[in-house]
Amino acid sequence: MSTAALVTDVVTSFKANGRIVIVGASLAGLRAAEALRDEGFAGKLTLIGDEKQEPYDRPPLSKQVLKGWVPADHTLLPRSREIDAEWRLGVAATGLDRKTKNVRLANGDLVPYDRLLIATGVRSRPWFNKEEAKLKGLFTIRTSEDAGALQAALAAKPKRVLIIGAGFIGSEMASVCRELKLDVTVAERAAAPLIGALGGVIGKVAAEMQLDAGVDLRVGASVNRLEGDAKGQVRRAHLSDGTTLDVDVVVASLGSLRNVEWLEGAGLATGFWGVGCDAGCRAFDINGVVTDSIFVAGDIARAPHVLYEYQFMSAEHWDNAVFGARVAAHNMVSLEPERKPHLLVPQFWSGQFGVNIKGTGVQSFGDQVVITQGSVKERRFAAAYGKNGRIVGAVTFNHGKWLEYYTALIEKSAPFPPPPPGYDAPIDAKPLPAEFPAVGAATALPTVVLTGHDPTDRGAAFEPTRRR
Amino acid sequence: MRIVFDLNRCLGYAQCIPLAPDALKLNGEEAVMYDPNPDDSQRQQVLRAAASCPVQAIMVDFADKQEQKS
Repeated sequence: MSTAALVTDVVTSFKANGRIVIVGASLAGLRAAEALRDEGFAGKLTLIGDEKQEPYDRPPLSKQVLKGWVPADHTLLPRSREIDAEWRLGVAATGLDRKTKNVRLANGDLVPYDRLLIATGVRSRPWFNKEEAKLKGLFTIRTSEDAGALQAALAAKPKRVLIIGAGFIGSEMASVCRELKLDVTVAERAAAPLIGALGGVIGKVAAEMQLDAGVDLRVGASVNRLEGDAKGQVRRAHLSDGTTLDVDVVVASLGSLRNVEWLEGAGLATGFWGVGCDAGCRAFDINGVVTDSIFVAGDIARAPHVLYEYQFMSAEHWDNAVFGARVAAHNMVSLEPERKPHLLVPQFWSGQFGVNIKGTGVQSFGDQVVITQGSVKERRFAAAYGKNGRIVGAVTFNHGKWLEYYTALIEKSAPFPPPPPGYDAPIDAKPLPAEFPAVGAATALPTVVLTGHDPTDRGAAFEPTRRR
Repeated sequence: MRIVFDLNRCLGYAQCIPLAPDALKLNGEEAVMYDPNPDDSQRQQVLRAAASCPVQAIMVDFADKQEQKS
């Protein structure tokens, strides 16, 4: 048999009899499983997830579910096809042995794989004080269980809700509180809501939206201490501006942590920002060498992006999970040159205070911003972000139909400020400093992050440079 | 039944809303709010709403689509 025929035979045989294990049974895991079957993978497919529920959609949790319109367990994701998989739900993966190619589960079981997809995503960052974190009435939101508990607390008509952190999810929750006619305070350490993701100029618009809706917005304020009563129910919050607030419900909306702990000791390029991988979703080992059998998708993936100086990018976006899963699945059952890249222009949406906020590109990569269309006053506008004379991102407020126009400009690194779209152009479209907080400043991290070129975890084994 | 909106793709034309008003709502001018798992009694309306979308942003579970055909 020729080498080419041999390789074809290996691929055919793997597709027929191989074993693929997907760790993480949420959006990315499910879509990867479906894509693998679409690609003709007929072998054994196992999905492992630490939550008991089958894959469900998370974006509705901070909106429809909190509002009480949709029950927390009614966001199950539609399927595109049968996937004929073995489901291991309600049991977390706790370890990975790359030598024997086994995933270790919390109950001690070993699940063998030929190819592995890591899609364990993120979890919400817990309240920093462990004792206070036990208080009743203190919530974080990530899972449907979290959302169900918080919804019940809001439905009980608390006297005041305190939301700590005004990123997208914190702001969405504040919006729901106002729609439910609840008194709500938002404490944000930085100068404006959404500032980490969209900068100070647009953050100011977000702040005005909150104030107009009747949110008690405290910017430049953090919460130093939470106080409970004898029954362990949260009653009071002490803010850094010296004020205290009587509260019944506190939501810590402090961003997320990547679920990488189970990979400790596996020798992969894991760290604070997730698992490093190439643009084809193949995981890097700790030395930066690409692996052949381990793939990464969704919130936990961190890959270099051609549009952004090949910096590693990680994106906690719905799109990134769906498209990353498809590319990972394709590459798991394909060889070069059929492999595809996952090079998405990142996009997000957020519904809050009756305004549809949509983004494209990486806003925080820019240092300038210009309002290109519409009217900020009417909260119906588009803004573009630029760096070094190129457009790198855009955001729209109730102007979503124009997002594709800006995406196309970003894809070809068009000049900044961008050419006028010839429609609805504001009279005074001057670029301004975008006012992003300094790297490391205390505020919510944006959901799409460029994480530089360096591994965050310096564990590489350097080749000794001996002269002989 | 199960649906999900690709809200990146959705451009807020809102053609879907009047076709399934119990399952889909507009929050403000262009932000869609929807029931991801509407009651089966809603199936016909929701399928019509999904078909009406100019950018095909509404994904319906394959099993729910099959019931439509039969």
